[in-house]
Amino acid sequence: MREWNGALPRGFMDDLLPEFIAETRETLEALSGEIVAWEANPADRARLDAIFRFVHTVKGSCGFLDLPRLARLSHAAEDALAAVRDGQRVPDTALVDAVLAIVDRIGAIVEAIDAGTPEDDSDDDALIAAVSRRAEVVVAPPVREAPTLRAAPRSIRLNVDLLDRMMSGMSDMVLARNELARRLRDDVLDPRVEAALDRLSLTVADMRDTVTRTRMQKVEGLFAALPRLVRDTAAELGKAVTLKIDGSDVDLDREMIELMRDPLVHIIRNAIDHGIESPAARRSAGKPPTGQIHVTARQSGNQILIEVEDDGAGIDVARVAAKAVATDVRTAAEVAVMTPAEKLKLVFEPGLSSRDSVSTLSGRGVGMDVVRANIEHVGGRVALDNRPGKGLVITIQVPLTLSIMSTIVVAVGDQRFAIARQAIEEIVQIRGDQVRIDPVGDIRIATVRGRRLPMLPLGPFLGVAESEPANLVIVSTRDGDYALGVDDVLDTEEVVVKPAAPAIMASGLYAGQTLPDSGLPMLLLDGAGLAQAAGLRFHRETIADTAEVVEEATNPALLFEDLDGVRRTMPLAVIDRVEKVASTAVHRSGGRVRLVVGEATMPLHHVDHHAFDAALTGSEIEVIRLTDGEAECAYAMAGALEIIQLPAEIAASAGGTVLGVTVWQGQAIEILDPLALFQDMDGDGRAGTPLCLLEGAGAAWMDRFLRPVLEAHGYRCAVRAGDDEAPAVRLLMEEDTVASDRPGAPVVRLRRDREGPSASDSIYRYDRPALIAALAGHVRRGGR
Amino acid sequence: MPLYLIASIAGQGVVFDADQVDSVVDIGEVVAVPRAERSVRGLTALRSRVVTVVDTRLALGLDPMPSHVRRAVISKQDGHYYAMLVDALEDIEMFETSPMPHVPPSQGRWSRAANGMVVRDGEPLLVLDLTRLVPQATPQAA
Repeated sequence: MREWNGALPRGFMDDLLPEFIAETRETLEALSGEIVAWEANPADRARLDAIFRFVHTVKGSCGFLDLPRLARLSHAAEDALAAVRDGQRVPDTALVDAVLAIVDRIGAIVEAIDAGTPEDDSDDDALIAAVSRRAEVVVAPPVREAPTLRAAPRSIRLNVDLLDRMMSGMSDMVLARNELARRLRDDVLDPRVEAALDRLSLTVADMRDTVTRTRMQKVEGLFAALPRLVRDTAAELGKAVTLKIDGSDVDLDREMIELMRDPLVHIIRNAIDHGIESPAARRSAGKPPTGQIHVTARQSGNQILIEVEDDGAGIDVARVAAKAVATDVRTAAEVAVMTPAEKLKLVFEPGLSSRDSVSTLSGRGVGMDVVRANIEHVGGRVALDNRPGKGLVITIQVPLTLSIMSTIVVAVGDQRFAIARQAIEEIVQIRGDQVRIDPVGDIRIATVRGRRLPMLPLGPFLGVAESEPANLVIVSTRDGDYALGVDDVLDTEEVVVKPAAPAIMASGLYAGQTLPDSGLPMLLLDGAGLAQAAGLRFHRETIADTAEVVEEATNPALLFEDLDGVRRTMPLAVIDRVEKVASTAVHRSGGRVRLVVGEATMPLHHVDHHAFDAALTGSEIEVIRLTDGEAECAYAMAGALEIIQLPAEIAASAGGTVLGVTVWQGQAIEILDPLALFQDMDGDGRAGTPLCLLEGAGAAWMDRFLRPVLEAHGYRCAVRAGDDEAPAVRLLMEEDTVASDRPGAPVVRLRRDREGPSASDSIYRYDRPALIAALAGHVRRGGR
Repeated sequence: MPLYLIASIAGQGVVFDADQVDSVVDIGEVVAVPRAERSVRGLTALRSRVVTVVDTRLALGLDPMPSHVRRAVISKQDGHYYAMLVDALEDIEMFETSPMPHVPPSQGRWSRAANGMVVRDGEPLLVLDLTRLVPQATPQAA
């Protein structure tokens, strides 16, 4: 057969061919969703008809345009589909795959014709053979839901250049109106002129909206290819995935849609490749075998949010961190001091896209770093919400259009600058407790609510003002955040941004220029460019270095008046709460003091017996309750005073329950050592408290998990019984046999499963209240 | 014969090719552009358009223009509008151009933008190419 050789058919065909190409391309896009939907429900006659119409139209046009390859392919597909329509064939997976392959090939040939490059046709025959062959069962995971496509609205094709010119003409019109309004308001205004001006303003605003909308397209155009993408990717990986799409009717700038295409495809592939587990793995994780991907688009102000949510395994943060170390993106020391959120952000580092790069799926080598760069390039942001084991939500936020931008106007000296709103994390006033600024050599560091950020005073940096900044604008860049010091934050403004002259852009500080309503040109600052020009470094090491300082500097502690009238302090980190308890809740046994709280008891420490006894004569005493996450204890005191910051330097003490001494307002203050209080519990009256013997195969587990609980409830634990003391209770796992050498001690058995036989006296091993109750019961009955 | 706009910069009589000139205006308030190329005096608004104001004396490597200079020649280059400040503007005339007699290599300030000369009433005037007065996009040192 004749091969397409790159030459266009002559004559009037020259006009028809581009039309044919454009039309085919458009139909193809809409069709891919139809095909998948049809596969999911082969009985859906409407879908089948849509596909049939497509191949039929292609076949017709091809004969006309003398494109024999396309004609042959579309003819074969039409025949197969006609057989299905007539009920002679069943639309099984093999058939759907074959039809899809032909539709794909038609698309490829059309693109080749458009580009004028020859397309290899060697396996056309194979495709045709495949679609003609009768049923052969190939198992592919089912993909169900797909968007229902509406009938195309009446439309005409327009050149994008024309739209762009319309848009920029519109912008000029808006600015001209602004200028006119300004000029007119300089004089006393005739009400009639004012009314006319207002009408003009309304019309212009209306017109601007309309023109803006001409550049808009339903995000559906972006989503239409997803069902097919999900189906193919899932099939290739042997996974079952259901796709759900919401918000297809949200409008987005045409150009933005094009720019979002690749990032979205990458995110979806990633979700299926790395996120969704295999059906078997999902089952054992207690999830339905079919994974879910939910794509949502919605408008929020002048931003569009596109969310891709999957119910897969989420991102293994530890593995990402390990890979960062393995690939020398970060050193082990850097990773060690990172928070989980920071580690998660590592997936955006170049060369760190979790696994991939070489698999056929991520074959193009596009990583999350490229995704993020693309989206930030158009003024958007990407956020991750990782739920390990449960899934991942990736949120892409992009501005509605490329040309109108929401900005915040700041002032330094008598000059104003705009900053893109998406780049701004927050704005804080410098005078206020939340912000501290420390000079560090030549530079300054701002601490905003405990977060240290490099600070860039804009006025002095630009050389326009030497004043001390009064506000900090926290600017977020790809590399990190910093605090931009400005005199004033004036307003938010929607502006039409245009590129400035090359000599201005070359400074690297500006992202463009605009003419706001004030009539004075304004420059849009480039947050990342400023940071770069100012030499701000967001290197992890510097943050790690300073992290220690932060901890030292902000080590809050509770200052309280102790029972003996002395002021002492306790690190805030270990304090669970401060509360008043009834004096009757205090119990003494064997010289130890315990506090009864609800069902539990905990050791109650105090500084001095006499003062404590005196305090107990009242109806209530105040206690500090401490927890180390597992065990609890309490400390009796006279009253809490305030929260103070402990300095870095603490004079070491002689030991005991005093950690050290600090100086506060000229007074020496003892810092209590919470560790000592908890430690003290451990040897909490060897003679007085009942002994639990942890026995059998589960002893090690019990020692690790139950010991703190038991000790917190006033028991001692031992894995080996001493000769001199009989245990009060013995703890065993259900399956252990009871050693008969200690007949006196009652036995409490623990089982592994929550549901046990009802008659059993065993206790589910994590059922803390039941265990404590059982122990208490045995001890009361006189186990010792 | 081409049409020329006669002006003067720093006492030197110059002419601009009228094809390069969009309009002639007195510019309004100028907003500075910190840390940009030196010859960029700033930005100004002109008929709802943002225009980059160029200090032509600095562009030629001379001392800066006094700040009261407002008269400018508007020229569009590569899609951007520039206001080239001039000390004075005179007239529009047609001239026959002639090449420069010679270029002194040591004092090439004017010649970086010169494109020949014309003679008006026996007085030689320098033909300045406005495209060469456009500030260049040289990256600024941080």
